Amino acid sequence: MELTGAQILLESLTREGVKHIFGFPGGAVIDIYNEIPNYPVQHFLVRHEQGAVHAADGYARSTGKVGVCLVTSGPGATNTVTGIATAYMDSIPVVIFTGQVPTPLIGNDAFQEVDIVGITRPCTKHNYLVKDIKTLARTIKEAFYIASTGRPGPVLVDLPKDVMQTRTTYSYPESISLRSYNPNYIPNRKQVKKAARMISKAERPLIYAGGGVISSQASEIMSRLARRYSIPVTATLMGLGSFPGNDPLWLGMLGMHGTYAANMAVNNSDVLISVGARFDDRVTGKVNTFAPRAKIIHVDIDPTSIRKNVSVHIPIVSDCLNALQAMEEELDALGDVDWQAKHDSWIKTTSGWSSEHPLRYDEGKEFIKPQYVLEKIYEITKGEAIISTEVGQNQMWAAQFYRYHSPRTLLTSGGLGTMGYGFPAAIGAQVAHPDKLVIDIAGDGSIQMNIQEMATAMSYKLPVKIVILNNGYLGMVRQWQELFYNKNYCSTCLHLNPDFVKLAQAFGAEGYLVEKTEDVVPVLKKAFSSPLPCIIDIRVEPEENVYPMVPAGASLTEMLLV
Amino acid sequence: MRHVLSVLVENEPGVLSRVAGLFSGRGFNIDSLNVGPTLEQGVSLMTITTHGEEQIIEQIVKQLRKVVSIIKVVDLTDLKSVEREMVLLKVNADDAKRAEILRVVDIFRCKVVDVSTDEITLEVTGDQGKIQAIVNLLQRFGIKEFARTGTVALRRSMQL
Ligand SMILES: Cc1ncc(C[n+]2csc(CCOP(=O)(O)OP(=O)(O)O)c2C)c(N)n1
Ligand SMILES: [Mg+2]
Repeated sequence: MELTGAQILLESLTREGVKHIFGFPGGAVIDIYNEIPNYPVQHFLVRHEQGAVHAADGYARSTGKVGVCLVTSGPGATNTVTGIATAYMDSIPVVIFTGQVPTPLIGNDAFQEVDIVGITRPCTKHNYLVKDIKTLARTIKEAFYIASTGRPGPVLVDLPKDVMQTRTTYSYPESISLRSYNPNYIPNRKQVKKAARMISKAERPLIYAGGGVISSQASEIMSRLARRYSIPVTATLMGLGSFPGNDPLWLGMLGMHGTYAANMAVNNSDVLISVGARFDDRVTGKVNTFAPRAKIIHVDIDPTSIRKNVSVHIPIVSDCLNALQAMEEELDALGDVDWQAKHDSWIKTTSGWSSEHPLRYDEGKEFIKPQYVLEKIYEITKGEAIISTEVGQNQMWAAQFYRYHSPRTLLTSGGLGTMGYGFPAAIGAQVAHPDKLVIDIAGDGSIQMNIQEMATAMSYKLPVKIVILNNGYLGMVRQWQELFYNKNYCSTCLHLNPDFVKLAQAFGAEGYLVEKTEDVVPVLKKAFSSPLPCIIDIRVEPEENVYPMVPAGASLTEMLLV
Repeated sequence: MRHVLSVLVENEPGVLSRVAGLFSGRGFNIDSLNVGPTLEQGVSLMTITTHGEEQIIEQIVKQLRKVVSIIKVVDLTDLKSVEREMVLLKVNADDAKRAEILRVVDIFRCKVVDVSTDEITLEVTGDQGKIQAIVNLLQRFGIKEFARTGTVALRRSMQL
């Protein structure tokens, strides 16, 4: 079968099972767009290429499938960089196709030429420039394979215009094997045995779960393990949803804005079982005082995560699911142990911490409390919505006060902390889950970074709900200024915010303004049942802070509480 | 501590900048880097010398292994290995100095590869110690130009 490059691309996408792509056209990719109507993939036209990558990323996070986007050369390609770096830091499988100038012009500073492979080398898992049409099909296969296996991540494929136009015989590889890329999925049994023995001797074990648990579909087995062996669980921001947030063993998130119970548990545990997490500085605080009493078991599919920030006693390089399965077998092999009784006093201690210092806030007098809004959203949705977040205080309150029941229900930029992520990510998630309620918890600052995507939401009737916790500030930065910079609120006050209600209406969406606490629930309910995208502009306490807070570089026990 | 890494890579465009970018982006040191084709088509061998604490070296090796275009990474430091580097040096050599320079050439078993009335170009091969020694000796004559390949290394067949 002779096909053009553009046809090969679309045919291969179809073979990969791709149903939805997010993109924005331009000269270098017209040939590809020319073919889209002939294939069973639906293209979603965004309004900015950053939005396309975030949407593909939200699609991927909410489904576990590879997200796909397509943009033109030059500025189209450079606009994707923040989205790519966001996906890279959080290990999200996305394949980005960029147009490129025709091969004879590459290197000549041609119109809309940019070395996007060079630019994205440090923020992609891998990338390619396809110079020869004969390698196109194989490259696409490799891109999907690399993006979705091992520790997932974004892969970029740069497609020169002439390669899209020439023809060749098409055959798509059935499978692929690369001598230079062989992620290790299977744990070393000896290490697992050692870990099981260490756990069986523990008096104060703690599971510390990260995003790897979600990407390897290990939530169920991890939850079973925690319950069977009576081990309390904490998680990183990326790990929220890996363990039910309403389970008695759940301690809440750990780290800088973690709960008192979670941080105290880390500090006092004697065996810390880290699963698919990478000991990020926002989690550990001061590293040399992190988990000072614990022996550490570290399960991760990426060997570079192990011993990068902290030294561990038992490293296990493996897919989390396989490692936990093996762990369960080895623990069972240890025979009858009354785990409940064994860990009883430890569980009492950790739940004591939870009730001593639960997440709390002072009741609002004049203003609505942002935490209250999150609590109500949780109650109204019964924890069954997909929540995306922007970045800042809104993100931390969304992490603290909404309880995630299942994996892939929280979409948030953890590693890069990208303002403007939440809304396009919500759009991607809504495309994948047309029947679910998808809510972007936003800040008044962040939402202005990708608000243009409201036109996308309207075009495809995607009824995403944006809840703006409008504090009139770049609140998280203001909080740092208040606490550590003598309240020098330089450039963090957003005194000329747009009228968000009118802004929504300008796009044809619905806008709601909420200024009184008693209006929060009725307005949210109304908006959540609307078939249209909505902005709910909630005026919250301007100078509310996120607590607990561990100041940057301090130990986890040095928490500032409410 | 100094480490010599032998890194087998797919010889594709950009592989060198993947490696160089990894070192610069993560703040690792490169003391020398040599690349050349191997006998297998499409595969090149890089020899990288670096230094750092053990934990850093472990990260460097793991990070290199993670690069999709890299086939294999061996840290030769823990193995018995042979190391060589070649240097070309152009030394001031007027009539008065020439005889003495040639004596040094003899002792170190290096080669004269170019001569003119007032300069000699020498080729020296050896490990780091030998090269340092000859540089020290020739410095007083005035080394005008200096080009070195960087270390190349192979593990010894007998690992005792
Ligand atoms: C693209 C980008 N620029 C800057 C920052 C730094 N930053 C982190 S939080 C924050 C404030 C966000 O303000 P807003 O969206 O209103 O959220 P709030 O903290 O008020 O809830 C800023 C500026 C960032 N994370 N991302
Ligand atoms: Mg704000």
